[in-house]
Amino acid sequence: MPDEIKTLSSQLAQDPDSLVFLRLGELLRQKGQVDIAHRVALTGLERHPHLPDAHDLYARILADKHDYERAFDEWDMALRIAPDHVGALKGLAFLYFKVGDVQQAAAHLEAAQRAAPTDPGVAQALAMARGEGPGGGGADMSAGGRGTEALTEPEPIAPAAQPLEEARVFAGLEGAQEGLLLLDASGRVLGGALKDPAGRNVTDAVAAYLAGVSQEAARTVKLLGLGKWTGLAAEGELGHVHLAPPSSDALLLVVRDRAVPMGRLAIIAQRAALAARRWLEAHA
Amino acid sequence: MTAPAAAFDKALALITRVRGVRGAMLVAAEDGIVVAEQLMEGIKGPAVSALAASLTARLRRAMEAAGVGASLFWHLQAEQGALLVVPTPAGTLVVAVAEPDVNVGLVRLELLRAAEVVG
Repeated sequence: MPDEIKTLSSQLAQDPDSLVFLRLGELLRQKGQVDIAHRVALTGLERHPHLPDAHDLYARILADKHDYERAFDEWDMALRIAPDHVGALKGLAFLYFKVGDVQQAAAHLEAAQRAAPTDPGVAQALAMARGEGPGGGGADMSAGGRGTEALTEPEPIAPAAQPLEEARVFAGLEGAQEGLLLLDASGRVLGGALKDPAGRNVTDAVAAYLAGVSQEAARTVKLLGLGKWTGLAAEGELGHVHLAPPSSDALLLVVRDRAVPMGRLAIIAQRAALAARRWLEAHA
Repeated sequence: MTAPAAAFDKALALITRVRGVRGAMLVAAEDGIVVAEQLMEGIKGPAVSALAASLTARLRRAMEAAGVGASLFWHLQAEQGALLVVPTPAGTLVVAVAEPDVNVGLVRLELLRAAEVVG
């Protein structure tokens, strides 16, 4: 493998636009040189932003670095470009499974199986997710999302045979238990949780204060003739918050520190709102 | 608030000159009363100011409870426009009503500049 890495590195140096970065990045990742793999993948992605395999590779590296939120974004992007991308479907299945949403994990694996019916790795992972295989409930499912080997790699993830409802709302999203909150119109918590910078759980206090914000925002935009409200972004001294109405009678809150720009926070909120909407529809 | 009326007008003019801004107001945060305004026809200033003040108060309490500190700027987005607000330390809200495609970053900067003028 070291020889191959050397050869591929040399090829990439001679031709920076070459697609060998995909193989090189994957080899480096497998070898545990995640930071170098990260650089290779990112440079490749900058040169080939519309290549789903580049997003897939980058996502796997991010998953290795436990940056699951961005990994989710990258696999999601790969699927937008190539809806049947098996690696991305498996990657998202991994993330859903990781937060305990076995249904979503299985749905993504079923989509992967439709796209690659002869892939034994997908079939095996699907059986595990359905609780049919060894280690029932998919406890042996692992990160990677790389072809047939992705779901049989040895890295285990946390078993979640009895996923918490809170985690299920924001499946696949980072901060589900510390920076995401879903409330009903009365300020009752439907999912997620919130911690302040000191690590204290402030879920209930924040929920109570936010009760009625949704209706008030709706009244304000109605008065101004602006249609429906779609979001409320606020910049604080120590952090940023974003509120969104995933439905007419629910309110989503996303909180991040000031290092997360407001624009990125809006994207995170959009994804969380989508997850919340799905969850609300499923539990209607 | 000690700034003269001319300073208020100057502060509001900073905001309303931004393309896509339909109006700007200075509002007393405590009671939602309009202090000064430059609004396009049809915008109900007193009602909007009251709701802006109420939303600001709710947000402030929620943000303080969440540990992110006081609100420096907030932006209510809607299908056909937006409401943007900067609270000043002295208890005034600098408010802008804008079109949906307004340059939010630019309005934010002008609101902050206006907040400095108002104090």
